[in-house]
Amino acid sequence: MTVGATDEFRASFFEECEELLEAMHDGFGVMIDGNDDAETIHVIFRAVHSIKGGAGAFGLDALVSFAHHFETALDRVRSGLLEATDPLLDLCQRCGDHLSDLVTSARTGSDMGASDGKALTEQLDEIIGQQTPASGEDDDTDDFEPLTLDVGCLGPLPVSGSPGDATSNTGFRIDFAPEPELFTSGNEPAHLFRALDRLGTADVRANLDEVPVLSRLDPTASSINWTIGLTTDTSEDVVQDVFDFVSDCARLTISPFEREARDERALPIKGNVPDSSATHDASDADRLRQDKPPAGEPSATTPVPKGAPPPQTIRVDFERVDKLINLVGELVIKEAMLSQAVGTLDLATGDDVLQEIEGLKQLAGEIQEGVMAIRAQPVKPLFQRMARTIRDASTTTGKRVRLIMKGEGAEVDKTVLERLVDPLNHMVRNAVDHGLESVEDRLAAGKPAEGTLTLSAAHRSGRVIIEISDDGGGIDRKKVRQIAEERGLVSLSASLTPPEIDALLFMPGFSLKDEVSELSGRGVGLDVVRSEISSLGGRLAISSELGKGTVFSISLPLTLAVLEGMVVEVAGQTMVVPITAIQETLHSSATLIHTIGSGSRVLSIRDRLVPLADLGAMFGFRGAPTDLENHVLLVIETETGRRCALVVDRLQDQRQVVIKSLETNYAPVPGAAAATILGDGRIALIVDPEGIAGGIAPAPSSLTSSAPSDHAEREFYDAS
Amino acid sequence: MTQVDAPEKPSRPADALSTEVVAFRVAGQDFCFDIMSVREIRGWTETTTLPHAQSYVKGVINLRGSVVPVVDLADRLGFGPTEPSARHVIIITVVAGQTIGLLADVVSDILAVPDSAMHSVPEMVSDQVKAFISGVVLVDDRMIRRLDLHRVLPSDGQHAA
Repeated sequence: MTVGATDEFRASFFEECEELLEAMHDGFGVMIDGNDDAETIHVIFRAVHSIKGGAGAFGLDALVSFAHHFETALDRVRSGLLEATDPLLDLCQRCGDHLSDLVTSARTGSDMGASDGKALTEQLDEIIGQQTPASGEDDDTDDFEPLTLDVGCLGPLPVSGSPGDATSNTGFRIDFAPEPELFTSGNEPAHLFRALDRLGTADVRANLDEVPVLSRLDPTASSINWTIGLTTDTSEDVVQDVFDFVSDCARLTISPFEREARDERALPIKGNVPDSSATHDASDADRLRQDKPPAGEPSATTPVPKGAPPPQTIRVDFERVDKLINLVGELVIKEAMLSQAVGTLDLATGDDVLQEIEGLKQLAGEIQEGVMAIRAQPVKPLFQRMARTIRDASTTTGKRVRLIMKGEGAEVDKTVLERLVDPLNHMVRNAVDHGLESVEDRLAAGKPAEGTLTLSAAHRSGRVIIEISDDGGGIDRKKVRQIAEERGLVSLSASLTPPEIDALLFMPGFSLKDEVSELSGRGVGLDVVRSEISSLGGRLAISSELGKGTVFSISLPLTLAVLEGMVVEVAGQTMVVPITAIQETLHSSATLIHTIGSGSRVLSIRDRLVPLADLGAMFGFRGAPTDLENHVLLVIETETGRRCALVVDRLQDQRQVVIKSLETNYAPVPGAAAATILGDGRIALIVDPEGIAGGIAPAPSSLTSSAPSDHAEREFYDAS
Repeated sequence: MTQVDAPEKPSRPADALSTEVVAFRVAGQDFCFDIMSVREIRGWTETTTLPHAQSYVKGVINLRGSVVPVVDLADRLGFGPTEPSARHVIIITVVAGQTIGLLADVVSDILAVPDSAMHSVPEMVSDQVKAFISGVVLVDDRMIRRLDLHRVLPSDGQHAA
């Protein structure tokens, strides 16, 4: 095996680990919600087991050793020896976190402190140890020793499980012939047989007919195959699942038992057996699938309905997708340029060329959409990372937190997701530390001791809204105001609306906690979170009710590559205003404009005064027009609630534009969020509504003198 | 591309210790830099003005889908702004990972300059150009100034007025 190939396998192992860890965390989530069936714990066990197997193949000893302890504990749970109590689930989740850490450290080659792992291993061993003396009393099924399987290669396997305890009424004949790949990928038939035995009673027989004499033995070939008689009342799907990981490296047939094929231990069929004894075939299996009672697992409750099989996926290098996206962007621009060129030809309506161009346009649009969709990823893994942060935070603070996730299937651009990790981490930590009250305070307020944190994601008009809400004490606006006054951030006389007070939380350096706690107050404030989110084209809003809780809501574009924009003309320059910010467009002649002081103008619209911002003057393209006749006003509102009316010369078009970074080759431009390429190949700037509105109407206005506003805003304030 | 004049005479054979440079003219003076920094040379195209940029930043152009700023070298070097015409050229360079267009009057030569021919900058106390050049080379009777591309960049702190 070449080094390159090893690296490749390694990389694919780690990718697989990500999926397995996700499945494991999913499983824990289901178990905590109490919706689990027997399959859930199997899934978790298999995930840990597979990670262990792969880690063994790559000599990742620390990972193998921890996974082994973890697996042993899980095995006890799945065989019903251990009850999945809350504390145990909690421990398992922490072990899952640690397993993730170990995987990460193995992947990056970084060293991590062993203390965590040691403590967890001890706890696991304690739990495993606790029930060991009791195991003697358990029935044979549970006392399944791997040793028995080793001798299974040499002859018929002793059947484990006593006939007396079995209540199953059917079974399967499984022919299992592994290919050599099964062994090279670190799988072990014995584990599969053990898993089968958990489903009921497995009679494993090895067929040694094909084993050659020693002199002709090829040790890398696989010459043993097995026939398993499985007495069980689980469905074929479940049996099939056991072989999930090996199905592509083994020949496998699973056929429902035919009565006459059953051995002499065949059990009396329990209950109301229909007259199917004669035609005991596939239809029987179907019937079992449909109306079988849940298998006799200890924790079995309502079976989770089995959805459609997961869609097939391929793994693609992110760079390739990026390149494709850039190329498609080019294609769309070229198409627009072509359309424009054809437009100047003055062809008759209905001309073939026009029709073909229209077809091309549609095609290009669809390709673009399709390519964009490749980068879209569900927010679920992100939420799961947050679950971990919350667990850590709840340990540190001693608060009890329950996490509810909603809409985790909503998809967002992968880049957006990655860059959301830090801001979200900060916000959930904040929610636990500041948002939720202590257990005593909660009880005193008549709330359940356990706080609830809800993470939700939803698509709304071309954006994704992610909300972090807690049922804590809410924002104490009096206290916020008081702190702001103490620090001179706000004058004593200023009258502030509740949203304006909430906005104070985003001020740089503002901290509600008097003392710096271990969790937060380490210099990263909500102001940083907000600027990170706004660099993603997202907006952060906050709403709170005293005593009821707080909701932080992040509104994000689905992708960083495309934006729906209004193309406008200002002083001969073409610019794009994001549609999401635009509230309405007005003709300046028909509206009421007042002048305040020297040159500051406001628009009076439905009893509100909205400051005017002339884009041409702000960008330095021209002086502010004295006469606003024949100009167009775009009333914009930013996510932070700032409003202003942009003065532009003309509206051109509304369309999707490809976002191009100005920073790649230049630098951030105040007031411009990015650039785009127009149909004629020229570049247009995309206006940043937040920057513009922030420049004219810093909210609340009483803060401007002492508040260190960000760079772009100051620029604009000076310029205007 | 038509602006690239054919070298008047074949370049000297590139020995092991020579650098190939692109020579061009800005405000009547000759400049050059390493040809490895040059991506392509284009005719002048209208730029999109960047608000609040330094005067020497002419704006941005679309280079096959990338947004590329154009620096007016004459203005940057203190000769005063160029009124660009169709006869001017934009030399597309990659410096420090950024793609930048440099506006010049004309590209004159591609030369192999022996490292031994490269002189350090003479003391030119009052010359503003000195801040941007890292050496001079004498080719025939011309003096060609080697431009320090990193200093020409619209760097952080300078672009924001």
